[in-house]
Order: sequence, then structure tokens, then C-alpha cells
Amino acid sequence: MNELEDFRREVAAWFRENRPAEPDFLLPESFMEVGSDAQFAYLRDWQRKIYEAGYLGMAWPKEYGGGGKAQAFQDIVNAEMAAQKVPFVPNTIGLNWAGPLILAIGTEEDKRRYIKGILNAEDIWCQGFSEPDQGSDLANSQTRAVRDGDSYVLNGSKIWTSLGTYAKYMILLARTNPQQPRYEGLSYFLVPMRTPGIELQPIRKLTGEYGFTQTFFRDARIPAASLMGKEGEGWKIAMLTLTFERGATGGQAGGVSRVALGLGDVVEMAKTARRDGRPALEDPFIRDQIVRFAIEDRGDQLCRARAEIPALCAERPNAIPLSNKLRVSEHRRRLLRFALSLQGANAARWVGDADATGGGKWQRAYFNSFSSTIGGGTSQIQANIVGERVLGLPKD
Amino acid sequence: MNELIRFSDEQAMLLETASAFCREKSPIHAVRALLGSDHGYDRGVWEEIVALGWPALAIPENFGGSGLSLAEAAAIAEPMGRHLMAVPFASCQIFVAGVLAGADAALQAAVLPRIAGGAIGTVALFEQEGDWSLTAGEAFGARDGETVVLSGAKTFVCDAAVAGFVLVSFVLDGAPALAVLTEIAPERLRREIVIDETQRGYRLDLDGISVPMSKIMTGTRALAALDAVRDAALLLNAAAAAGGIAGVLDVTVEYLNTRTAFGRKIGSFQSLKHTCAEILVGLERTRSHVWHAASVLGSNQDAEIALRMAKTEAGEVFTFAGDRAVQFHGGFGFTFDCDAQLFLRRALWLEYSFGDGAHHRRWLADLLLA
Ligand SMILES: Cc1cc2nc3c(=O)[nH]c(=O)nc-3n(C[C@H](O)[C@H](O)[C@H](O)COP(=O)(O)OP(=O)(O)OC[C@H]3O[C@@H](n4cnc5c(N)ncnc54)[C@H](O)[C@@H]3O)c2cc1C
Repeated sequence: MNELEDFRREVAAWFRENRPAEPDFLLPESFMEVGSDAQFAYLRDWQRKIYEAGYLGMAWPKEYGGGGKAQAFQDIVNAEMAAQKVPFVPNTIGLNWAGPLILAIGTEEDKRRYIKGILNAEDIWCQGFSEPDQGSDLANSQTRAVRDGDSYVLNGSKIWTSLGTYAKYMILLARTNPQQPRYEGLSYFLVPMRTPGIELQPIRKLTGEYGFTQTFFRDARIPAASLMGKEGEGWKIAMLTLTFERGATGGQAGGVSRVALGLGDVVEMAKTARRDGRPALEDPFIRDQIVRFAIEDRGDQLCRARAEIPALCAERPNAIPLSNKLRVSEHRRRLLRFALSLQGANAARWVGDADATGGGKWQRAYFNSFSSTIGGGTSQIQANIVGERVLGLPKD
Repeated sequence: MNELIRFSDEQAMLLETASAFCREKSPIHAVRALLGSDHGYDRGVWEEIVALGWPALAIPENFGGSGLSLAEAAAIAEPMGRHLMAVPFASCQIFVAGVLAGADAALQAAVLPRIAGGAIGTVALFEQEGDWSLTAGEAFGARDGETVVLSGAKTFVCDAAVAGFVLVSFVLDGAPALAVLTEIAPERLRREIVIDETQRGYRLDLDGISVPMSKIMTGTRALAALDAVRDAALLLNAAAAAGGIAGVLDVTVEYLNTRTAFGRKIGSFQSLKHTCAEILVGLERTRSHVWHAASVLGSNQDAEIALRMAKTEAGEVFTFAGDRAVQFHGGFGFTFDCDAQLFLRRALWLEYSFGDGAHHRRWLADLLLA
């Protein structure tokens, strides 16, 4: 185990020495809010630097650009990045969803073509699942893909496409056969975004930031080889993608995808926030609230540890992985709302105000926390999944 | 390599064996049949448990035990909680933990082999006011030569009517002390009517009991014993509650998959389904806390934090799960016949033993937030 300990020290030192200089613009909070070219270039260069130092994709196969090491090494890097609160790496969809998917079921050619570019941030990836008229009901996707000789022709529209503006590739769920039942008619594509007929319309978020787009397909012609698996396998592949996205399965390349304000930061704020002339941290009700969050937070951390012990997960092996997104995202949303309340009257300030606590980052973080309770399958859908797939309750 | 949770093959085996044992020996009709019994448990089943060596798990080998620890006992307490089994198992473990931490070698030698041989031990800590503090009691001892004469009364002394040994707390010379009592005269005990009918709690009248100094722990030994008693109680209580959550969730899910309303299974209604998901989330967090606490037991402050967190989470989730179980059974849920009430009663019993969530959060705040 000494090897890991040495590695931890090496990594900690590397991040301390190589942390990029603070930019003169506000950095986004996560990969979903990258809204300006300056922000994007800064984060892309940072990811490349980490990769070149050997700290990304450490557990991915060497022949495709990975490090060929044990997952434990990447876990150490991730933990260190979170602990030092260094900027995040932007290519999350590539690193954590599309990448593991390609490694799991892609062809040899796919792996050679895509993996390296995902790791060094040369090729940014986006995800085309949701549509204007259906999101939770993903299987109802209507975007069409029609085979025509050596190509597929795409028509329709996807929406809430995070990183759409910067992406070179998209994982796309589209309907190849409208005659078939809804699940069987879907297929999965790895789409080159710089294809004539693909157009992007940026959408402004509730925070005022940018970062996702509506993506239009108007007779966009992509090579037939963009199809992943076979026609009709789209739903199955989309579900596999979601297990990576929701953190229910390992295999991700690593790196952190947001700079998280955590419980420790909340406690620090409670020391300076005031209640009746005293530090808020002395207020018994505030202390009680903070401890509630601490118990939940610790519980989730301990769930990750327990998930590694089969004898303690024997009855419902899928309970921890399938409840992960629901537990963690809802906890975070409530924690951030509590963080606002700690600020007293100052909770009503917003980003840019000279007196806003932390420049308004708490307000922004609370609003952005909905990205995880809505994106990737809403909490209500997650609760359905837990009820039906973990507990065996009937469908709605 | 898992630093947060360690779970040995021994524990895994015990968990499996105990789960099968409790499922077989404590089906719900057996639990109900014992509600009106004198001592609340089946003697035959207890004798089997003694024969399996479970009460003696944490007793050192030189005293006839297995030399294991409470971390193994928790693997038995969890399934017992799940099947609402009521035997003096936890009473014995808590008693043993106190004796191991505070008694001198002679007292240990006098007591522990007897427990290993099947005698029952329990603890007498709480008093009339219902304060959870283990050092706030008013029972006291007056010195009389080489003996101490006790006065006052204790409450919620579990399994006292069948106990051969009782570890009792009191004040001696202004400081906490503990005594090991033997052969409690029946007239000193008054059975209490408690919310969980599977449990047996007694008021113990201490007035005039004379104890030789050789059976008394004082000073740092007494404090160490009280800490050990608290730690053992928190762990086993939380483990039993973790089992209880799983048990009551089964009862609820089963009903939601059978009962229909408006032409559909009631489990398809999201207000019920999502609440079950919330309970499942609580169960997963609880079990993680419990097995972490079992892993760090004996490591001072870390253990105290872990145990108080486990007790808090387990208690609150179990009570919530029991409360919702009653509601989700509709009119049937309001009946004595519905098993939901058995679990709700057990949940309340456990939550209000050794401190509820608000109590432990106050302590945790001081441990975590300074
Ligand atoms: C920040 C952010 C980034 C995103 N990035 C991407 C991306 O990169 N690519 C992509 O494809 N998508 C992305 N999404 C889209 C996201 O996956 C969808 O928004 C989400 O799945 C919900 O779909 P919807 O918006 O159509 O809402 P709807 O499905 O219309 O839901 C509306 C409300 O109804 C509830 N609801 C719906 N069905 C049920 C049900 N059966 N039971 C109970 N309640 C129900 C929902 O929980 C929600 O509260 C992103 C979303 C956000 C917020």
C-alpha cells in the first residue's frame, strides 16, 4: 500500500505546483455552464496538462491512450483534485459517459479513433438525448435517422445539449424505424458535429449563464459507420450510457467535473454569518441543521465504501448504485439552499453585487444544483427507478 | 482495501447464520404469540442461542467466551431486529461491555464465565425523569465499612426478572460509580408497561441493597465502563434498527404489491412509491453508518462520532418507516392485527432508548463544530 501513499504525495505536490493561475474572468461552476471561449480555452488547456502529466484515464488501456494502471490511482487523483479545489476538467461527457461506453462496446476502430482525443480534450463530446417535447420519456425520442447508401440522414432537434457549442462529437439517440414499437425503433450514433445541416442555438440558463444549446438537424448526412451497435439497439445502449452518467457503474476516466462547495465551506460561512449579534455557528438550530447534513454526507461517503463489500450488499446489490444520483444530488440541492439561509438578509444578493457573500457563488451554486436534480434523469424519475428496480414496486 | 468499513469473513458468516436462524425461529406469528408472555422470549430459542455461543461472543477466551467483539455481535443484532426477535441478547452484550471496560480481574472472573455459561446480564442506568445522560442519575451509595448501601430506583432495566447480574449506576462520594448486583429479589422489581410489547422493562428499587466494594467500580474505571456501555448500546440499538427498517420495508412493499385501488396496485401511486424509495435511501445510509461504526469501535473520538451518527440515522429512519407503514396500510394499518404497529412500536422503543436524534446531534455538534 506504500506505493499508493507515495503516489498520493506525488499527486498532491503536482497539483499544488501546477494549478493554473486564476483567470481574470469568473470560471463556470461545472462543465454544464461553460459559456465563453475564454472559459473553454482555459479549461481545455488545463485538462490537456493533467492528461499529459499522466493523471487522466489512468485505468484505461494503454494502447488507446490510457495509463493501464489500477483504478485506485485515478481515485487518488480525483480525491486530490476535489480536496485542492483545482479547476475541473471540461470533457466530462467524453471522459465519463461516451468514453467508458466506447471502451465497453465500441469497435476496435472506435477505440483507436476516439479515446485519445477524449483524454487530451482535443475532441469535446456532447449528448443528444433530450428533445423539446420529451425528456423524462426518453424512449419517445422522435429525431429521425434514415439510412441512405453509405450515410444516415438526420432530421429533428435535440435540446439542453451541454457543451454543444464546443463539441466535436455527439452521442445521439435517434429513431431509425418509426413503424416499430418505441424501444425497438431507436438507434445510437457517434455523430461528427461539424456536419453541414447541424445547427446550434445557445440557450440562456436560469443563472443568466450559457452552456447548453438546442441542436437542429436539417438533412444532416453522417457516415453510416457512425452507427453504434446495430439498428434497433439504441435504447439498450442509451441505458448503458446512463449507468455511467449516473455513477452507477465504474469505468470512468476520472477528473472532477465541478468545483464543489461542500459542507466544510458551509461551516466556515457559519462562523462569519451572524445571528443576534453572535456567529451563526453558535445558534443551536443552525448547529442541528449542519449536523443533519453532516450525517447524510457521511452516509453517502460510507455507502460508497460499503458498496465494495458484497456481503453487506447481498440482499439488494443494486440499491447503492441505483440510488446514488438521487441521494447525492438532492442532498446537495438542500445543502445549498440552507447555505443561502445562513447569510441572513444577504441571501437576497446575486452574482456581481459588491456585498454578495463569496461574490454570489452560493446563489449561483444553489441554482446550478438543479442541473443534477433535473439533468441525467430527474429526481422523480430516479425515485421511480429505486421504487421499481430496487424494491420491485409496480410501474406507474 | 477499505479504510472506512471492515467486514470480516467471520462477521459475514455470522450475519448469514443469524439471518437464517432469526427467520426460522421468529416468524411474525411467533413474535405475536410472545407478546403476552411473562418474559417476552422463548426459553428454548434462547437456549439455542446460548449453545451457539452468541451471548459470549465478546467475552475473552480465558473466561469461556469466543474472544471476538461487538462488531460481531452487531451482525447478530441486525437480523434479530429485522425479525423483531426479543431475547436478552443485547442486554447481555451491553452488560459484558461494561464489565470488560471497568471491572477488575477478580470481578471479571466472577462474572464473565457465568454469562458464557448462559446466565443473563443487564444494565440499570436510567431513572424516573427519563434523562438519557448516564451520569445524571440520583441513585446513590453510602459507605458502610467494606460495603456500600444503595438508595434510589432505576427504570427501564431490561430483562431484569431473568437476569442473574445487573450492572447498576449510582453516585458514590459525589462521582459516578457502578456495581454488579446478583440475585435481585423479585419484590424489588416492578414490570413497566412499555410501548414495545416484545420488550420487558422493569423498575428496580435499590433502597437498602448492600454491595461489597469488591463488586464496585469507581473513578476512571467507572467512567470507562459507562462509555463502553453507551458505545455497545448505541451500536446494537442502531444495528437492530437497521434490521427493523429492512423488516418493515418488506411488510410495506408486500402490501403495495398486493392491495389495489382505482383499478391499480397501490404501489404504482408515486406518493407511496417515492416514499418507499426515500425509506430505502435511509436504509442504505443507515447500514453504511452502522457497519462503519462497528469498524471503528474502540478508537475514541472517531468511534463516538460514528456511533452517534449511526444511532441518529437508524432511529429516525426506522420511526419514519414504521409511521409510513401504518399509513400505507389504510384502515388495516390502524388495527392491532396489522404488523406495521409491531414495527412502529419497536422503532419508538429503540429511538427513545439511549438518546434520540436531536440528543445525539447536540453532542455531534460539539464533536464536529467545536
Ligand atoms: C443543466 C442541464 C443540462 C442538461 N444537459 C443535457 C445534455 O447534455 N444532453 C441531453 O440530452 N439532455 C440534457 N439535459 C436534459 C435533461 O436530461 C432533461 O431535462 C431531463 O431528463 C428532464 O426532461 P424534460 O426537461 O423534458 O422534463 P419533463 O420530462 O417534461 O419533466 C417535467 C417534470 O415532470 C416530472 N415528470 C416527468 N415524468 C414523470 C413521471 N413519470 N413521474 C413523475 N414525475 C415525472 C419531472 O420530474 C419534472 O419535474 C440537461 C438538463 C439540464 C437541467
